[in-house]
Amino acid sequence: MSLAVRKFDAIVVGAGGAGMRASLQLAESGMSVAVLSKVFPTRSHTVAAQGGIGASLGNMGEDSWLWHMYDTVKGSDWLGDQDAIEYMCKMAPQVVYELEHFGMPFDRNADGTLYQRPFGGHSANFGEKSVQRAVASADRTGHAMLHTLYQRNVRARTQFFVEWMALDLIRDPQGEVLGVTALEMETGEVMLLQAKATLFATGGGGRIFAASTNAFINTGDGLGMAARAGIPLEDMEFWQFHPTGVAGAGVLITEAVRGEGGILLNASGERFMERYAPNLKDLASRDIVSRSMDQEIKEGRGCGPHKDYVLLKLDHLGPEVIMKRLPSIRDIAIKFANVDPIREPIPVVPTIHYMMGGIPTNVHGQVVAPDGGDPNAVVPGFFAIGECACVSVHGANRLGTNSLLDLLVFGRAAGDFIVGQNLQRQAHKPLPPHAADAALARLARLDGAASGEQVADVGNALRRTVQTHCGVFRNQALLTEGVTKILELDRRVQRVAIQDKSRTFNTARVEALELDNLIEVAKATIISAEARRESRGAQARSDYPNRDDANWLKHTLWFREGNRLAYKPVNMKPVSVDAFPPKTRTY
Amino acid sequence: MKFRIYRYDPAKDSAPYMKDYDVALDPHDRMLLDAMIRLKAVDDTLAFRRSCREGVCGSDAMNINGKNGLACITNLRELSEPIVLRPLPGLPVIRDLIVDMSQFFKQYHSIKPYVVDDTPPPEKERLQSPQAREELDGLYECILCACCSTACPSFWWNPDKFVGPAGLLNAYRFIADSRDQATSERLDNLDDPYRLFRCHTIMNCVDVCPKGLNPSAAIGRIRSLLVKRAV
Repeated sequence: MSLAVRKFDAIVVGAGGAGMRASLQLAESGMSVAVLSKVFPTRSHTVAAQGGIGASLGNMGEDSWLWHMYDTVKGSDWLGDQDAIEYMCKMAPQVVYELEHFGMPFDRNADGTLYQRPFGGHSANFGEKSVQRAVASADRTGHAMLHTLYQRNVRARTQFFVEWMALDLIRDPQGEVLGVTALEMETGEVMLLQAKATLFATGGGGRIFAASTNAFINTGDGLGMAARAGIPLEDMEFWQFHPTGVAGAGVLITEAVRGEGGILLNASGERFMERYAPNLKDLASRDIVSRSMDQEIKEGRGCGPHKDYVLLKLDHLGPEVIMKRLPSIRDIAIKFANVDPIREPIPVVPTIHYMMGGIPTNVHGQVVAPDGGDPNAVVPGFFAIGECACVSVHGANRLGTNSLLDLLVFGRAAGDFIVGQNLQRQAHKPLPPHAADAALARLARLDGAASGEQVADVGNALRRTVQTHCGVFRNQALLTEGVTKILELDRRVQRVAIQDKSRTFNTARVEALELDNLIEVAKATIISAEARRESRGAQARSDYPNRDDANWLKHTLWFREGNRLAYKPVNMKPVSVDAFPPKTRTY
Repeated sequence: MKFRIYRYDPAKDSAPYMKDYDVALDPHDRMLLDAMIRLKAVDDTLAFRRSCREGVCGSDAMNINGKNGLACITNLRELSEPIVLRPLPGLPVIRDLIVDMSQFFKQYHSIKPYVVDDTPPPEKERLQSPQAREELDGLYECILCACCSTACPSFWWNPDKFVGPAGLLNAYRFIADSRDQATSERLDNLDDPYRLFRCHTIMNCVDVCPKGLNPSAAIGRIRSLLVKRAV
């Protein structure tokens, strides 16, 4: 079957914060660029980010990028690559100022400068005390940022392919990436989009968990496509539980609530974080706060009839601060928890929020994979940025506000790097024969299957399994059983069927294709977690409670083929400063 | 729980029709979207958009018991049965509850939705007082869900000529921004019997906005700026 082919210098898959920051560089350079997105750009999940963007502007008091770097390295439990962290923290002020110049409606200080609020794990002078580093637009920072970037892309006349889903990567026999196959949802048409640079900015895959702050669209599509094309996924055992998801609903309550002075209480009204993190208390890093909450609940000090949540108290901030700095949180609490936080505390539980792992890249956004003796050999033509990538600035645990920063810094860096390649002057390489076969076979199977299991049933089973077997606290028995169950689900995914056979906006087909990606993310996650016999950051194992630097200070690489694992060293060589050597982590 | 839902697939249906559903809910199902997800697990041919499920992405706008709103933040307890779901009115239907929003976005793009300032930016942030920044509150929060514009009779009659409440709210967001240097061009762009003045202050926009914004007030401010400019 011959498909229509469209050619571009570069294609960007995903129109969230990272994709649109990159596309801005590309479009403004005059290259031909196509940006594909499953949803209209402003509906991408960046829109749901609430609290802020970390940058050492020093508007509220002394700050430095080196302190930010130290906090990020420590937050990562030393698994983050220090060259990448150094680059991100150094670039942070510049990308924030640029975003202001683009028109971002940041909150302001009386002197007209950008307001900054405290956030978890951010400190002055290498952990001495809390620092105000997060710029914000009330508690809608992601929304303001995503709309600002879209608006700037409208100005740059970026070409968007809205409601197009990328299906599979196209690689030639030498391994170079030459584009993607993609499905136009409205018409059901499949096309080959050919490019000299293919940039993934497809976001996370939090929908492998039953309880998640993530949007429905966060199905790890980029990771699924990369894995099927033979590219490994890095550090997939590290998933961040955000301490404050609304109990029962999963909807996010920003850490900015605690940044502004909110506190966590157990059933006896005790501010329990004082016991676990005497210095930063409720503003310790997220892995530590989530584990502490889980511990309180496990030991019977949870609240409510089932003692299964803790309370986030913020009424003491007063209505003025809540209405000015946290207005959406109040809406969410009223709508999803039946409480008005001006008067009552919000019931919260640790909830899956962010994927630290992803497609391995370097600081230019180039995808890297082991080749010969080089663990970080560049995969030509292929780039990844944002949550789908693992560069790795977040290591084993991401600090709050570093995700939006990651999108801006590496979106811009990858865009600039691709512009610097002068792709307009190069010819397109020939597409390999049968470039679209794999994607077409998946579609043909779905169209042809008369009966089979429902996508919703298999998806729900997958989500329940990952939730049960890969939660806040993990152990060998749970993980081993989880691996077996996920491998069985892998077989069930191949047998799903959909009733809807229409060409027109077939959302059942889209969900089935997303399930193909979710299962890859789930396999990578649980197999990597089972193998790592230590506790580090978000990987907390009750059977191996300590960090083990002698054996495990290394990145995991999961390969889909044979579910093989390999490891590579952590980068401990920042360019302009000395490395921060691993030490005991307390807050 | 009982539903009546607008169904139309142009590939196989000669005309749209209403289909009845009766769905068993879980006690944890709180919002209309929760029920629709359950419904889709039974009948996967029902097509609708959804993403964030917390009212910030603007995907799942639809007409719910006669009023536009977001399924994800509409509490089931507030709805009488059968719950009647239709696509947003006034836009072409692609399939079921999914409408073609091209015209809506075309109007949004027509107001130049970005800060215009051609002077070279300073090394750090441009300064803006907290008071000047507050002028943007109630404007920048728009999620482009189209609940307002598709509840507006003036937009139904002239979707190609009238900017509509969402577009005009956003037009004022940039006029109101102390950093924007293009107020006069923006006013020129709107000083037109259709683009702005088709608004007859029917105020449906205010009634349906799921974010509690007030496009009507923004339109009023643009009008007074035009009046002030004329005298």
